[in-house]
Amino acid sequence: MHPFAYARPHDEAQAVALVAEPGSTIIAGGTELLNWLRLGITRPDNIIDIGRLPDRANIGLEDGFLTLGALATLNQIGEHPTVGEHARVLGQACLLAASAQVRNRATIGGNVLQRTRCAYFRAAEPLPWACNKRAPGTGCPARHAMNDEHAIFGWTDDCVAVHPSDPLVALAALDADVDLVSPEGARRLPVGKLHLAQQEAKAIGHDPATQETVLRHDEMITGYRVPLLPGARSAYLKVRERQSYAYALATAAAVVQMDGDTIQSIRVALGSVAQRPWRLLRAETSLPGNRLSADTVREAVQWDLDEARPLSGNAYKVRLARNTAVRAIMAAVES
Amino acid sequence: MTRSQILNDGGVAPDDPAGDTPTNQEPLAPALAVNVRLHVNGAQHAVHVSARVTLLDWLRDDLRLTGTKKGCNEGACGACTVLVNGRRMNSCLMLVAQCDGSEVTTIEGLAGPDGHLHPVQQAFIDCDAFQCGYCTPGQVLSAVACIQEGHTRSPEEVREWMSGNLCRCSAYPQITSAVLAAAEGKV
Ligand SMILES: Cc1cc2nc3c(=O)[nH]c(=O)nc-3n(C[C@H](O)[C@H](O)[C@H](O)COP(=O)(O)OP(=O)(O)OC[C@H]3O[C@@H](n4cnc5c(N)ncnc54)[C@H](O)[C@@H]3O)c2cc1C
Ligand code: SF4
Ligand code: FES
Ligand code: FES
Repeated sequence: MHPFAYARPHDEAQAVALVAEPGSTIIAGGTELLNWLRLGITRPDNIIDIGRLPDRANIGLEDGFLTLGALATLNQIGEHPTVGEHARVLGQACLLAASAQVRNRATIGGNVLQRTRCAYFRAAEPLPWACNKRAPGTGCPARHAMNDEHAIFGWTDDCVAVHPSDPLVALAALDADVDLVSPEGARRLPVGKLHLAQQEAKAIGHDPATQETVLRHDEMITGYRVPLLPGARSAYLKVRERQSYAYALATAAAVVQMDGDTIQSIRVALGSVAQRPWRLLRAETSLPGNRLSADTVREAVQWDLDEARPLSGNAYKVRLARNTAVRAIMAAVES
Repeated sequence: MTRSQILNDGGVAPDDPAGDTPTNQEPLAPALAVNVRLHVNGAQHAVHVSARVTLLDWLRDDLRLTGTKKGCNEGACGACTVLVNGRRMNSCLMLVAQCDGSEVTTIEGLAGPDGHLHPVQQAFIDCDAFQCGYCTPGQVLSAVACIQEGHTRSPEEVREWMSGNLCRCSAYPQITSAVLAAAEGKV
């Protein structure tokens, strides 16, 4: 590990000032950052430990929102009764992530900023192959080689990686906002606008392989707020190669409001199919007003998946994602 | 406070229940080496360590507590599991600097002072829950926490909540039995 300096600020004002210094990086739990340091993915001069900032691990209800501090761990969120009551999908997503011991350290602030599990990207320095995310301009070997776990939406030839987070997918389906702070003040964004698919980065003139979020270097996530939807039911489904403790092949988060047998409103996000959670907007607009049945739901979801652009090795993901979404929706209603 | 005091202080605002360090309201300078105070298996340590040292390497290389194993060094295998303030964590994924003020329990700290084994250790022996034994310290500490958390209501629940500890010898059925036996107090 490259040497770095460490500081643990007492309060948010100190943290914001230290984080804004060039060469500074935040450490919260450290479950992702320490692996980057070992692999040489990043080489910060200073590591600013925000892990003990006061009051930032709180979980509660406030004015019609469920609020989560950025330092709440995945286990704290997953096992919190208020989360179970108002945002079941988020609790499930947290507990289906990683392992019991990783979840004791992994924070919800750091979780959404974890990076792709693409094996080309996750190699130790010196990088034995090309990767546009690690070494811009070298190329993307996954584009035509090992890409069975890669994107089916939003990719460009520059990079076909997916975002691996589970909780992020639930937050996107819940229409959560993320709260940010920097020396310039606070701002709030919809969680769904935090990350960029490669095509979106390209469209706004950024490097599609390296520009993964709209976060500025000096910005810190302070927390999230999830709007409470009356009567909403929700579920998270994660499909992996083994039963437990693995990253997803595909996931789906569904949040549904029913009026008797009729779908009143529905929000569905797919995970591990793009570099950001992928909302199924066609299904979300076409399904309300329809009577619930697996066939109707499958047809609507298929419409979104007709837009998928599978790679050489991941055509299976299109069908897998469709079936995962359908099952998540049905599970939400049955919950 | 002077610049050198801040530098020597390691840029760290220690948890200071005793109140013997002045609270510093100045911005803290990041430092390459930090002062850390922590308890390991009940013994207090006050050390000056490089900021980049992980808890795992420090336990093994500096304290010579080699019961905690290094398998993957990336959070994937659980061999390095220890208890920090009573909760199980992967010691390869934490800096010693992050443990300032913490209580750490390793496998060496589980048995009683007279050498009497912890019930979970005894259950692992009784149930034959290891072969080569490399994963065992991590499994045992993970199991202690798993039982304390109450995630032992069924074999399925134990398997799910113990899935962060891999066993290449595949002693999983025996490990599950040991955790259930210890949880039920059958040891
Ligand atoms: C073995 C293993 C398995 C895993 N499996 C899964 C899985 O199945 N599903 C899943 O979703 N995740 C999984 N993870 C990822 C894990 O959930 C993340 O590593 C964790 O949530 C990151 O949080 P952290 O606090 O440890 O982040 P850190 O490592 O401290 O930080 C990660 C990044 O976020 C930045 N950061 C942290 N907090 C903030 C903040 N408040 N504001 C701004 N920037 C911040 C840091 O600067 C850094 O760039 C796994 C991890 C491991 C090691
Ligand atoms: S998909 Fe992205 S991260 Fe993976 S090799 Fe290609 S450029 Fe690198
Ligand atoms: S050595 Fe820490 S999890 Fe493998
Ligand atoms: S007993 Fe050999 S790895 Fe578990």
